[in-house]
Amino acid sequence: MNFRKYLKVYKKFLHTSLASELEYKTNILVDLITAILSLVGSIFLLSIFFQNDGYIGGWKFEQALIIQAIYTILNGITNTWFNPNLTEIVKHIREGTLDFVLLKPIDSQFFISLKKINPSGFLEIMLGFLLLFFCIRINQINLNISFMTLSSITISCSICILYSLWFFISTTTIWFVKTWNAIEVLRSFLYIGRFPLNSFSFSLRIFFSVFIPIAFITTIPSEVFLGLSVLWKILLEVVVAAVFLITSRKFWLFAIKFYSSASS
Amino acid sequence: MVQNIIDVRNLSKSFDISSKKPGFKGTIKHFFRRQTKSLKVIKDITFEIKEGEIVGFLGANGAGKTTILKMLCGLIYPSEGSILVSGYLPFRRKEKFLKNITLIMGQKQQLIWDLPPIESFYLNASIYDLDKFEAKKRIKKLSEMLEIDEELFIPVRKLSLGQRMKSELLAALIHEPNILFLDEPTLGLDINAQRNLRKFLQRYNRETNATICLTSHYMKDITSLCKRVICVHEGAISYDGKLDQLLKKLSPVKEILIVCRSEEDAIKLENSGFTVKNKIKNEITIKIENNSITSSLKTILNNFDIEDLFINEPPIDEVIGKVLIKKNYDI
Repeated sequence: MNFRKYLKVYKKFLHTSLASELEYKTNILVDLITAILSLVGSIFLLSIFFQNDGYIGGWKFEQALIIQAIYTILNGITNTWFNPNLTEIVKHIREGTLDFVLLKPIDSQFFISLKKINPSGFLEIMLGFLLLFFCIRINQINLNISFMTLSSITISCSICILYSLWFFISTTTIWFVKTWNAIEVLRSFLYIGRFPLNSFSFSLRIFFSVFIPIAFITTIPSEVFLGLSVLWKILLEVVVAAVFLITSRKFWLFAIKFYSSASS
Repeated sequence: MVQNIIDVRNLSKSFDISSKKPGFKGTIKHFFRRQTKSLKVIKDITFEIKEGEIVGFLGANGAGKTTILKMLCGLIYPSEGSILVSGYLPFRRKEKFLKNITLIMGQKQQLIWDLPPIESFYLNASIYDLDKFEAKKRIKKLSEMLEIDEELFIPVRKLSLGQRMKSELLAALIHEPNILFLDEPTLGLDINAQRNLRKFLQRYNRETNATICLTSHYMKDITSLCKRVICVHEGAISYDGKLDQLLKKLSPVKEILIVCRSEEDAIKLENSGFTVKNKIKNEITIKIENNSITSSLKTILNNFDIEDLFINEPPIDEVIGKVLIKKNYDI
C-alpha cells in the first residue's frame, strides 16, 4: 500500500467534505447546539440515576462520569466519521454509485469509510475530552506513562470495535439493500454503553460482552482510568478488536463479490 | 496489425431474481417466503474489440447491454466464460487495470454535489496519483476540448445537465484512460449538448486512439460515432458487424420524391415501370433499390422533365428498431 498516496487522498477527503459542510452554515450551528444539549441531557440523566444511594453497580457518580466522557468521545467519532460515511454505503448500493468507488485504483473500504466528515462531531469529541480531563481531576487520577499507554490502547480498541460493528451492518446492505433499522438498533445499543456494565443483570452482561460487545467499548477503558483494570480484560479487548477488524475487512471483500450494481 | 484489446469468450451471467404476486396476500407471502429464480441475462456471448475501435451496443431496455459493460469493466462477476480487457481479468480490479479504464454513466454521477467540479477533479487526481502540476495541465487540456471554463468553479448543483455531463466526462478522463465504457452518456441532454459531447468523443478517440464501448438509445450517437455495432437481444448477440452493412440489409430501398414540370410527365413516370408509392398531381414518390440508385436517377433525369427531386433515407430509429426485436441477423 502506498501510504503517501493514501495520506494525500485523505487530505483531499478532509478538504472536500469540510468545504461541502461549510456550504450549509446553519446546519453546522444546529448540530453544534444539539451536541451540547445532548451532553448536558446525558449528565442530567446520569445524576438522576445516582440520586438515591450514590452508587450503581458499585460505581460512584464521579466514576460513572468517566464512562459518559468516553461514550461522548466515541459518539463524537461516530458522528464525525462512521455515521456520514457508513450510512452513505446504503445510498451507494441502492443507487448503484458504488460502481464509481469500485472502479477507482484505491482501497474501496478506505474510500467509503473515510470520504466524508461531519465537522460538528468534532465538538462532541472536544466536549468528551473536556469531561474526561474534569473526571481525571475529580477522581485524582495519576497521569503516568503506563496509564497513558493503557488508556490509549483501550480507547483505540473501542474505536476499532465500534467501527467494525458499524461497517459490518452497512456491508450487509449488499444483500438486504435497506439496513437503516439495523443501524438504528446498533445506535440504541450504544446508548447502553453510557452505564457501567456491572449495573446490568448477569444475562445482559453476557449479552453485551459476547454478542454485541458494547461493554468492551466504554467499560474497559473506564476501568483503566480508575485503576480497576485487570490485564486479561485489556488483552481480551485487544483480541476482540483485532478479530472484529479482520472479520469486517474479510466480510467486505466477500460481500463485494455479490454486488450486482443497480440497474440503469 | 491492430491488437484485440477486449476479448470475450462464451460469456454468460445469471442473476437471482425474486418475483412478487400483486395484492396484500402477495406482499405477505413475498415477505415470509420469497421465491427467487435464476435468470440468465447474458447467454454465451463471444466477441473481440480492437484497440482504437468505437463499438456501439444496441438493444432494447433490459436486453443486457449495461450488464455486458459492467462485466467488461469488472463491476460484475461473470457466471461462465472468460473476459480479457487490456490483458487483465477485469473482475480482479487490479490497480493497473483500473488506471487504464473509465466508466461514464449518463444517469449516475460521481461529482461532489455541493462543490464546484474542480474540487472533484483534484480529488480524482490524487486518487490516480497525479501530482498537482500534471493534474492542472490535464484539467486545462480537457476543459478546452470540452469547452468548459467558468463552470469549473460553480457548485455542481447549480450547473445545467449538459454542463454537469461535461464535468463528469472531465472527472472520468483525468487519468487519461485508454478504454472508455459509456453507458447512455447523452441521456437527457438537449440536441446541442448531445452534438458537443459526440464531437468531443470523436476528437478524444482520434487524438488518443482510445477504445470506446458505448450504449445509447439515441441513434444519432451510434451513427455518428460507431462504425461497428453489437446488437443484443435477450442477452444474446443478434448482430455483430459494420453499421452501414446492417442498415443496407435492413433498408434495401430508398424513397425518392420527384417533382415533375407537369402532371403529364408525372403520369408518364408513373407508367414507366418504377415502383410507385404514391402520386399527388405533379409530385410522385418512387422506391428504388440502393444498388441501382445511380442508374435509375440517370434514366429519370434524361427521359423526364424534372423540376426537383428529394432522396429520403428511412428514419434510422425505425430501421434499428427492427433489429432490437429480432433474434438473429445474418448479413
